[in-house]
Amino acid sequence: MSALFSAKNREYLLGPLSKNNPVIVQVLGICSALAVTAKLEPAIVMGLSVTAVTAFSNVILSLLRNTIPTRIRIIVQLVVVAALVIIVDQLLKAFAYEVSKQLSVYVGLIITNCIIMGRIEAFALANKPWPSLLDGIGNGLGYGMILVIIAFFRELLGSGTLYGFRIIPESWYIQNGGCYLNNGLMIMPAMALILVGLIIWVHRSKNKDLIEK
Amino acid sequence: MNKQGNTYTFLYSVVLVVVVAALLSVVSLSLQPRQNENRENEKRQNILSAIHISSTADNSAELFNKYIKEQFIVNAKGEKIEGNAFNVSIDKQYSLPVDKRELPVFVADVDGATKYILPIYGAGLWGAIWGYISLDENKETIYGTFFDHASETPGLGAEITTPKFNEQFRNKKIFSGTQLVGIEVVKGGSTPGSNQVDAISGGTITSKGVESMIKNYLTYYEPFLKQR
Repeated sequence: MSALFSAKNREYLLGPLSKNNPVIVQVLGICSALAVTAKLEPAIVMGLSVTAVTAFSNVILSLLRNTIPTRIRIIVQLVVVAALVIIVDQLLKAFAYEVSKQLSVYVGLIITNCIIMGRIEAFALANKPWPSLLDGIGNGLGYGMILVIIAFFRELLGSGTLYGFRIIPESWYIQNGGCYLNNGLMIMPAMALILVGLIIWVHRSKNKDLIEK
Repeated sequence: MNKQGNTYTFLYSVVLVVVVAALLSVVSLSLQPRQNENRENEKRQNILSAIHISSTADNSAELFNKYIKEQFIVNAKGEKIEGNAFNVSIDKQYSLPVDKRELPVFVADVDGATKYILPIYGAGLWGAIWGYISLDENKETIYGTFFDHASETPGLGAEITTPKFNEQFRNKKIFSGTQLVGIEVVKGGSTPGSNQVDAISGGTITSKGVESMIKNYLTYYEPFLKQR
């Protein structure tokens, strides 16, 4: 058991949450960070689905790694990831219909997420299944974490709600005689990019070794 | 066997594709009945929510049978035609010419009052939008609406599904005299008592999509709406 969670394996799982974060350090998966973070709920669902897909695709390709012909490895990776996403989608449609409706648009985005292909290429094809699983979960969660942080600020400041629940009372709004106005800019995708920039700034000033010379 | 050779690569890809294709077909076929059931329940829930009845997937069939007293199909001339209204797929009908379309009508009985529920379908910003609109017995005022969308932006166009947006449509008149006017979606400051509602801020194109979707479908149903 201790071997399963050795220091090295823990690093695979926890590294991507901070010093090796796929979004703010490796700058992967930015596109979906812009697309799905206007609200907290789709951000969480997207984070979890990407985690499931990175975990499974990493394990499957790690198991197949010694059989795959080098020349067609990208195609093999794509086939596995695409099949996985379709199966997840079909299962959701049958057993968790509400969730599948929220995910509808994002299913396609999961396949194109650079983190998935990136982790398969960089990690799963060179490592055993168990570390690959940890790496997949870690990177998925690291990605989801950033999405949730961005979505938190965008939904709170842009819509005055969190997870669909109203946080800023209706009576504070200008149209209802108050003095508050939602920041419409927060809803725009550009603001997600600026928030990513702010997170990177805070993160790097805490981790000086990440700052490029 | 040489793992980098052409034969191996070829065989590997054939096996991979066959295995994946077989797997996907099995998954798809075995889950089909459950998925269809979910879709039908959703349709019932959507129709019910246009007459302000909230239901869950479990009790939707029961409530649907309780409230929906009659369902039939009319054509563009307002004449009843043969067929099962519930099974008419609006998105498939959308690609037909208007005079060939089957237009379903659901007649509901809400606490003794007759309501007509009509499906609507159109285009938003990124993809399709659709919904149901229910009219009072006089077929002139809106009783309730339900909107949904395929891929509008969360927080912007997707807000058309919110109760706040839908509630604005209640009691609006779709006729001015005998002229069908539909509902006008305006940017900020709709006139109370008119046929105007406020658009979603930041979701103008989706809001305009809702406006033309309602206008189009009411026009298709106009002969039926004018029957007394």
